[in-house]
Amino acid sequence: MFLLSNILILLAAVLVVFLQGTWLNLRALLGAQIDLLPALMVFTALTSGPIMMVTLALVGGLMFDTLSANPLGISVLPLLGIGALLQPRRELLLRYQKYTQFVLGFAASAVAPLVTVLLLLTLEQSPLLGWGSLWQWSVLSLAGGLAAPVFFLVFGRLNDALGYRPMTEPSFRADREIRRGRN
Amino acid sequence: MSKRSYYIIVGLAALLALLMLNLPGSTAVRLKTAFGSIFLPLFGMADGAHRLAVKTGDRLHTKSELIAANEALTRQNQELRLEVIQARSLAGENERLRQLVDWKKQSRWKGKLARVIYRDPANWWRTIQIDLGTREGLSNDLPVLSPEGFLVGRVLAVNPTKAQVVLMGDPHCKVPAVVESDARSQGIIVGGRVFDGSFVELSNLPTHIKVKPGDRVVTSDLSSLYPRGIPIGVVAEEPWLAESHLVQEVSVKLSANLGALEEVWVLFR
Repeated sequence: MFLLSNILILLAAVLVVFLQGTWLNLRALLGAQIDLLPALMVFTALTSGPIMMVTLALVGGLMFDTLSANPLGISVLPLLGIGALLQPRRELLLRYQKYTQFVLGFAASAVAPLVTVLLLLTLEQSPLLGWGSLWQWSVLSLAGGLAAPVFFLVFGRLNDALGYRPMTEPSFRADREIRRGRN
Repeated sequence: MSKRSYYIIVGLAALLALLMLNLPGSTAVRLKTAFGSIFLPLFGMADGAHRLAVKTGDRLHTKSELIAANEALTRQNQELRLEVIQARSLAGENERLRQLVDWKKQSRWKGKLARVIYRDPANWWRTIQIDLGTREGLSNDLPVLSPEGFLVGRVLAVNPTKAQVVLMGDPHCKVPAVVESDARSQGIIVGGRVFDGSFVELSNLPTHIKVKPGDRVVTSDLSSLYPRGIPIGVVAEEPWLAESHLVQEVSVKLSANLGALEEVWVLFR
């Protein structure tokens, strides 16, 4: 169950990065390219263990940087930060509420590009920024907020369809049956 | 898992990321190539889907449409042949004149058509990936043109099978340019607008140069990377003084539609 879920999350990370540059190229339509990795990290941090969270940060971040002009490894740090912040507190959060998922996805998708840009500026890179970046930031945050509940829904369905579920035992036991009558 | 083990795992991952950030450029490019191989099956599938869509589209044309297109292309081919003959004669004449005045011989540029396979997923860069690499003779800093012949950018990084092209408007793509109507109007195309990728800024223009909207902007002969005279775009609005008040800047509308690029020409000597 856990292994299947983990494999699905990693596959989703690779697929999401690939689709962002090929099929989901919404830059012409929205003026911004959405990034679904922070929302996926929110899902992973709230449903999986720390090793999976760290693996997703490494795999997702490195895959993103591989296909981008970003310096290799720069996208790992914000994803890792989001995961490290959420993972130990997952029992305290109402993680199966749609509202919580939206808020966390929104916040994570807002923080991730901000941290990445700050790191780029620290590394003396010159990313393309301007007033339009505020719009892009809003679109990224909203898309991340909407994507987080979708990830919960899709992975829940996939786990139900493909994962092993132990048969539930009925409470009836023959040796504890109360026999009525005189014999 | 104990808190200590958790912090150790997170710390090790952060350390690994920081190590990767500090790798030398060539090692980072090699690693990017290695990681990029994970996407090869997906690129293959996308290519297959694209070809299938094109093939399906081709089958939808009627015979009469194909005959009409064939006739139009034959006519265009004849016209182009005539133009090639004239261009060859002019090139020969140009060569002879160059020899007479002892000018440096210009090397010829050849073009290779490449397909755009990927766009940068980050909002702060404008790059694309094309399906040609070092195997096809590509190297860094080669100029890239749209199918219509407008400047698009230059090759930023190249691996055996793919190359990354930095597009005009990206802070990494600076192009020496000139307003065609006045040879003294040398400037540099720098970054573009975040929201509208079809505009870039031509900066460092001398203040005494008169530039008006509609003037054509082409590559200048100050760069060794780009052949001179490649069309870039047209001046979009009146120029304004830069903050230093020593030079002026002007907005240029790019002729190439960077958002809809499917194929590009890579020029090499």
